[in-house]
Amino acid sequence: MVYKKSVSEKTFDVVNFIFLSILVIVCAYPLYYVLMCSLSDPYQLMKHKGILLKPLGFTLNGYKLVFKNPSIRTGFFNTLFYVTVGTFVNMLLTAMSAYVISRKNLMWHKFLMIMITIPMFFSGGLIPFYLQVQRLGLINTRWALIFPSALSIWNLIILRTAFNSVPESLIESAKLDGANDFTILFKIIIPLSKATLAVIALFYAVGHWNSWFNAMIFLRDRDKFPLQLILREILISNETREMMNNLPRTSAQFIQAEAYKTLIKYCTIIVSTLPIVCVYPFIQKYFVKGVMLGSTKE
Amino acid sequence: MNGVEITKAVTVKEESFSKRLKKDFSINKYIYLMALPMIIYFILFSYIPMYGIIIAFKDFSPRLGILGSKWVGFKHFYNFFKSIYFGRTFKNTALISIYSLLWGFPAPIILALLINEVRINKFKKAVQTITYLPHFISLVVICGLIIDFTATDGLLNVILSKFGVTPVNWLTKPEWFRTIYISSGIWQSMGWDSIIYLAALTNINPSLYEAAMIDGASRWQQLIHITLPSIAPTIVIMLILNIGGLMSVGYEKIILLYNPLTYTTSDVISSYVYRKGILGANYSFSTAVGLIESAIGFTLVYFANKFSKKISEISLW
Repeated sequence: MVYKKSVSEKTFDVVNFIFLSILVIVCAYPLYYVLMCSLSDPYQLMKHKGILLKPLGFTLNGYKLVFKNPSIRTGFFNTLFYVTVGTFVNMLLTAMSAYVISRKNLMWHKFLMIMITIPMFFSGGLIPFYLQVQRLGLINTRWALIFPSALSIWNLIILRTAFNSVPESLIESAKLDGANDFTILFKIIIPLSKATLAVIALFYAVGHWNSWFNAMIFLRDRDKFPLQLILREILISNETREMMNNLPRTSAQFIQAEAYKTLIKYCTIIVSTLPIVCVYPFIQKYFVKGVMLGSTKE
Repeated sequence: MNGVEITKAVTVKEESFSKRLKKDFSINKYIYLMALPMIIYFILFSYIPMYGIIIAFKDFSPRLGILGSKWVGFKHFYNFFKSIYFGRTFKNTALISIYSLLWGFPAPIILALLINEVRINKFKKAVQTITYLPHFISLVVICGLIIDFTATDGLLNVILSKFGVTPVNWLTKPEWFRTIYISSGIWQSMGWDSIIYLAALTNINPSLYEAAMIDGASRWQQLIHITLPSIAPTIVIMLILNIGGLMSVGYEKIILLYNPLTYTTSDVISSYVYRKGILGANYSFSTAVGLIESAIGFTLVYFANKFSKKISEISLW
């Protein structure tokens, strides 16, 4: 249809464009600013105040220090462990559970559905949960970050919806051919639901990557800490002293320490955020799909 | 669907319950095997903690266990209501969540509507990608950035000082805590939350707009008479969900941002539970406080759902 825009509509389009552009800048600039700071010369950075559009000077020293730092390195590898093992456990449990609740002819179907629904509305709360993890002897073990968060009901329901869309006739004919339920799940249903499985695996992985609270309350030994917890010390509690090999003695050393403290702060933010930001544009559409899947009832 | 179930029920009615149970188990034994980890998970991490709530009515000591500890009735509830913390944390929780709803709920709807009006596809994609991004940044980093930007020599103060505002450390000012907490929350989640509305917007039948255009409706009139009514069910469902979350301000972001200077406005029920329970090991007392919070939350969902059922026939269950 040929449709002519009126003047007021044209102004609206322009205003809308400007408004959304400002919003984009507001959303993206903080990270861009941190990136520029992390590449700057620490002494110039200390004197500078305000907006940065390009790095002040250029140095990768901050990153060198960050990668040399033992806490950050172990934190990084611990996080990798929690992300891979955690996501694997999540996926195995979620896939099996989703298959179970997608089989509607079970006599216990209703019971299982009720069992899943109640925790969506009720929970024991933080303290009973903590005490239970303690009672299971998981405190200060790596499993405390794996098992208590092994299943998300939200993801379970998303996956159930995907499993339900696999044609029943396919499952029936496989059964007639003598396939058992494990074969049906792993050989038929999972290959047909790859897209959704990818989405929820990403949800779980990002969750593990960003999580810090459980680690804070469940872990005691620093060598088990994930990166986010180390990051918290640096960013929130401002503990960067141990980053320096020696404590400052002279005022010049003190200035140096202060300058590098700020630089290291920005570098660790980038190191911990970059993996997600880099992967994100490629997987964004899957995430969006996940939200849509979750929003459709039944 | 229903028909199938009925016929099934009729045919198997002759067999006794235990026989059917046995048959069901033998046919579906692998399915029940697969269900086992899930059942164990829910028992261990959902239902035993729910049972653990009874320590709110006891003087729990880890040595005596849940059953062995002494019953004390409503002592902990009474102590909480009597203390100054009840009024303070209750007020802070209520205000933070009400203001969050007030400002944070319309934001993604408006954003979705604005994005929907963009006719240049590339720009639309770019806006979506970039506004979704903050959702994936970890809370620790977000709060680290907030602390950095709101510091006396931080970015925010440098910008504000150009408008004649004297630099202060905003996070030490109790009167600014809510503003910082809520605006950063909107910044982080607005884009991501708009997805659901954008999905609803794309499901609107385009012929409605064509008909409206032929009738000479302006874009504003189309928005009021077509777009908004079409996405109203989505808005209502999201509103119910949000009202249900009204009295549950999460502790994670609060404990990353607050400090003793701002406790008067920043300390909420959940952060108080965390301090008393995890840091202070007052297990029974903090469980009681947490129970009050979840009871309020559940009541709110229930009534929000009931209300919505009455006025619009949209409901969660």
